[in-house]
Amino acid sequence: MDYLKNNPKLVQLGVVLIGFVVLILMTGQYSEIIDVRDGFTKAVEKGQIVPVTGFSESVSMILSGQLPPQFVRIPELNFLNLVVSTSIVYILTTLLIMAGLIFNNYYSKIQSSKISLIDWFKRYWTKLFLYVIISIFGGFFVAPTLFTWFFGEPGTSSFWDLPIIVTDYGNFLMYEWFPIQVYDPDIEEFEDKALIFQITRGISAALLFCIALIREILLGGVKTIVAFTSWDWLSENEWAYWPALPWTVVCATTTMLGYALQGRGLAMLACFGTLYISIFGQWEPSMETLSFVLIAAPVSVILGLFFGVWSYKSKSVEVVLAPLLNIAQSLPHFSYLVPVMVFFGIGDQAGAIATIIFATPPMIRLTLLGLKRVSPEVLDAGMMSGCHNYQLMFKVLIPTARRDILIGVNQVIMQCLAMAVIASFIGAKGLGFNLLLALNQLRVGQALELGLCIVIIAVVLDKLSMAWANKQTDYFADLPFMLRHKWSLLFGVILLIGIVLSYIGTFIFKGGINYLYLIPHTKGVTLEPMLQGGIDWFLDYFFFSLQDFNKWLIVDILLPMRESYLSMPVSATFFLVMGIGYIVGGIRSALIVGLCLLFIALLEWWDRALITAYMASFGVIASAIIGITAGSLCAQNKLASKVILLLCDTFQTFPSFVYLIPVMILFGVTDTTVLIAVIIYATIPATRYTVEGLNSVPEDLQDAGSMSGVSRIQRWVKIELPLAFPHIMLGVNQTVIFALFMVIIGAFIGTEDLGQFIIKALSDKQGIGNGLLLGLCVASIGLTVDHLIQTWASRRRKLLGIN
Amino acid sequence: MPSQDTSSKQKQPVVKCESVYKIFGENAEKMLQSSNGKVDAKEFQDAGCVVGVNNASFEVHHGEMLVIMGLSGSGKSTLLRCISRLTDTTAGQIFIEGEDLLALSGKELIELRRNKMGMVFQSFALLPHKTVLENIAFPLQVKGNSTKDSMIRAMEMVELVGLDGRENYFPRELSGGQQQRVGIARSLAVEPDIWFLDEPFSALDPLIRKEMQDEFLRLQGVLNKTILFVTHDFDEALRLADRIAIMKDGIIEQLDTPANIVLNPATEYVRKFTEEVPREKVLKIETVMEPLDSSEELADLKVSKDAIIETVAEAVLNEQKPIAVVDENDKIVGVIHNSKVIHVLFGDNKEETND
Repeated sequence: MDYLKNNPKLVQLGVVLIGFVVLILMTGQYSEIIDVRDGFTKAVEKGQIVPVTGFSESVSMILSGQLPPQFVRIPELNFLNLVVSTSIVYILTTLLIMAGLIFNNYYSKIQSSKISLIDWFKRYWTKLFLYVIISIFGGFFVAPTLFTWFFGEPGTSSFWDLPIIVTDYGNFLMYEWFPIQVYDPDIEEFEDKALIFQITRGISAALLFCIALIREILLGGVKTIVAFTSWDWLSENEWAYWPALPWTVVCATTTMLGYALQGRGLAMLACFGTLYISIFGQWEPSMETLSFVLIAAPVSVILGLFFGVWSYKSKSVEVVLAPLLNIAQSLPHFSYLVPVMVFFGIGDQAGAIATIIFATPPMIRLTLLGLKRVSPEVLDAGMMSGCHNYQLMFKVLIPTARRDILIGVNQVIMQCLAMAVIASFIGAKGLGFNLLLALNQLRVGQALELGLCIVIIAVVLDKLSMAWANKQTDYFADLPFMLRHKWSLLFGVILLIGIVLSYIGTFIFKGGINYLYLIPHTKGVTLEPMLQGGIDWFLDYFFFSLQDFNKWLIVDILLPMRESYLSMPVSATFFLVMGIGYIVGGIRSALIVGLCLLFIALLEWWDRALITAYMASFGVIASAIIGITAGSLCAQNKLASKVILLLCDTFQTFPSFVYLIPVMILFGVTDTTVLIAVIIYATIPATRYTVEGLNSVPEDLQDAGSMSGVSRIQRWVKIELPLAFPHIMLGVNQTVIFALFMVIIGAFIGTEDLGQFIIKALSDKQGIGNGLLLGLCVASIGLTVDHLIQTWASRRRKLLGIN
Repeated sequence: MPSQDTSSKQKQPVVKCESVYKIFGENAEKMLQSSNGKVDAKEFQDAGCVVGVNNASFEVHHGEMLVIMGLSGSGKSTLLRCISRLTDTTAGQIFIEGEDLLALSGKELIELRRNKMGMVFQSFALLPHKTVLENIAFPLQVKGNSTKDSMIRAMEMVELVGLDGRENYFPRELSGGQQQRVGIARSLAVEPDIWFLDEPFSALDPLIRKEMQDEFLRLQGVLNKTILFVTHDFDEALRLADRIAIMKDGIIEQLDTPANIVLNPATEYVRKFTEEVPREKVLKIETVMEPLDSSEELADLKVSKDAIIETVAEAVLNEQKPIAVVDENDKIVGVIHNSKVIHVLFGDNKEETND
């Protein structure tokens, strides 16, 4: 009893769990209906059950130990009609909420610092705005919804229509809102076009031009010339064709850059990387991908820096951006492909924009983090040196925060290449597109070779950018012209030699293929037959044992787990999640996770969300176990931890699709495939954070442990693990996000979760609303877990006094 | 003879503070107004305000070194930050060479900092991405000097602080003492008139600290700047200062020469610091000399009236006869008997602490 008294949280947890179980048991007659996919909706449509029971009936059902149906699954709830027909009750509710919020703020502020009413108003009037918005939302939106939930009938204008409403608004904004007169050169007349349409298409055209320019420098072409002249001009002047750079020139230039920026090591890496790409015949798609990354990455970095600096300067920007960044980072990539497609068209530019949306948030975050970590004394030193604002930002703050900002740049490059495959869904050309094609044809060897190209580009670009940022200048070197310009001169020489070589090549090689100019895909070396042979051999020997394993996993573990997830009624889920939220972070956390959950519950995909949650949680549990174990083992040894961190870096560079390839061959199109891919992918952060966490345990604590005579195991259990645990939990947090992403990507090979609908939305032009809202559903799951873990970890860290 | 202009300039204080207040907190200004300049730290704390500097008034003259001494939280760094306008004062006035610092616009302030002020920080505050040379040249480049000129000037500073051969090192590759040399060189690169040092040697090991203090005195001997030096180390203050301001809870408890502080501590708080201080390390010959008595036969040795007793004690004790004390013009202003020196060295401390 004393133990329980000392651990009130344990008691709370017990209460939550008991309540959860009780609610599940009370599901009673509906449990059979909801464990079938979409069963509840179908049953309602068939008239087998009523979706909502009246108040008195609900009470009597609860008293008899049964949940009323609206507590099992939130039905279509009428909300818009009620908002329109404002009733005095809702106005009163609104005023009541507003008064409560304002009084609460005033009371707490006046307690802490004795200020007058006027001062208080002057200082907090911005907050009052927020309160007004909250109370209108509460009074006119939440209150009527709750009202219908208990008493009303399901209406016509429901939350389930939200995707359609969003789509309509999107289309309206895009095609109808604010028409402006635009001159159309084709019909030589002014035309009405929507403003947003014009703006987005303008952005598209600009981006596309930039991509085409770089692409044509690398690969040759006519689009850039056309952009300055016309197609007619081009057909009149047949000589006007921009030739590609011979691959030898690109290869030698990257090698030179590597040497100039860092030294022999980087030069070798660059050389082998580009050679591999060329010899394996992936030159063209690689350069296409490269041209797209060379635009997307700098734009993301600049945007990220801009917003990072802005939110450093202005607290309110930071506050507004924080939740947006959270959502953007947990939104599955697929879900914003449709909106991007609608707003920016299909093609490389759309791919670039989707990539930018995905790659900018981490950059913003790391910029802000870095700037905040700059020591105040350095800031003072800058001021005392007489910097004005601009100099302070660009000469003192940003360079001093460089370490974090460079990590951001690294993240951007990695994200850009990780997006290469997904961007190809909306028309980005290059390696990603070919990889997708190879996957569709089940050509694993091919896909692996392509995946490797992406990794190579990522690694080389990353190392080059790091080396460039770390470059040092020599001020007292008084060099002659030749030496000062040695690198540009050398580039000239390389260019010349490359061109001469490729010219000679036209005489050596027959059949129109000049290997010194460009090695076409069909003539490249490939290891595909060998790889394929290896896989066939593996399958021949292990097919049956694999099948048995697969069957066992599905029948004995996955199916029961899935069913138990599906039988969770809405009310029980709320009780569990909000209860845990309360235990972890008090009322505030409970409300936040409750809101996230409410968003999912109000839409029609509750059961799909449960399936997503089941797959993700299976993946997370397995990944966490594997990752923490592997991480702990490797952290015992300096070399091993270095190796494992390097491995994590490399694996993280792989585009997520690559993980699906080998597993698909082994297990076919089943949940197992997706889950194994999830586990492989999501184990990376768990391992990394475990190693980092364990390595960051202070040396003297280890020594203190040793002097107290702990054994190896004891040290691990009693000292290292508890101290590293908050950090490890952040790894688990990442694992959850990774797992969710992979589960959604897994829908590509067939699952029945939210991802399935997201993929469906992709091919639907009206899919903006579906794509976005489904994505937000996934993001809500992610955000719920994220919030719980972050809150817990930060409290725990404070408790342990770790920074 | 100095010209009229410079003599008037020297008479005008370089830094002048008039009842400067710095109070942190949401409605500090209002509270200060209602308190009529009488600030009670406790009362303010209850209202959610923290008193940083409480009614500080003083002047610093050309070529003088004022050491602001206090324990952590005494407001000494805050005072320095007010004078360099890194934080805005809540009330009061600060004049730099007669110019109202608080009335300066942003642009004028930047000009002032670029040309007249230099500052050294406790944790060095070097820019991690720049080499020693680039760090030192930074204020010059910020000013808009050409890269070549800045680098030549920076190289001179590197030599001045004795870091030649390390100019291309990064701060992380240097020891603490070396890093602070870079900090000092950077603050001196623009040839400032006023030199702020915020606990510059606190982060250093005792031996290095001693070495840096010597180095600092050497530099000051060469440069003769107007200096505001913040420290929490009373010995350091005694060693370096022309005058010391001792602060507690934002109030300047006493502002005087080291000798006067040791001999006549104004408050109980100041006395606590002075108790353990060996007199001979602080007092100058001047304070123990007696008026010249022509009947006495003097020794051949002469000592300066500004010499610290400790440094000449051995020579004085070796002489049997009284020794002449001379001023800077070699004029005899008094005599010193070795009995007095013995008294300072061995006798006095206990009596003083007893009464």
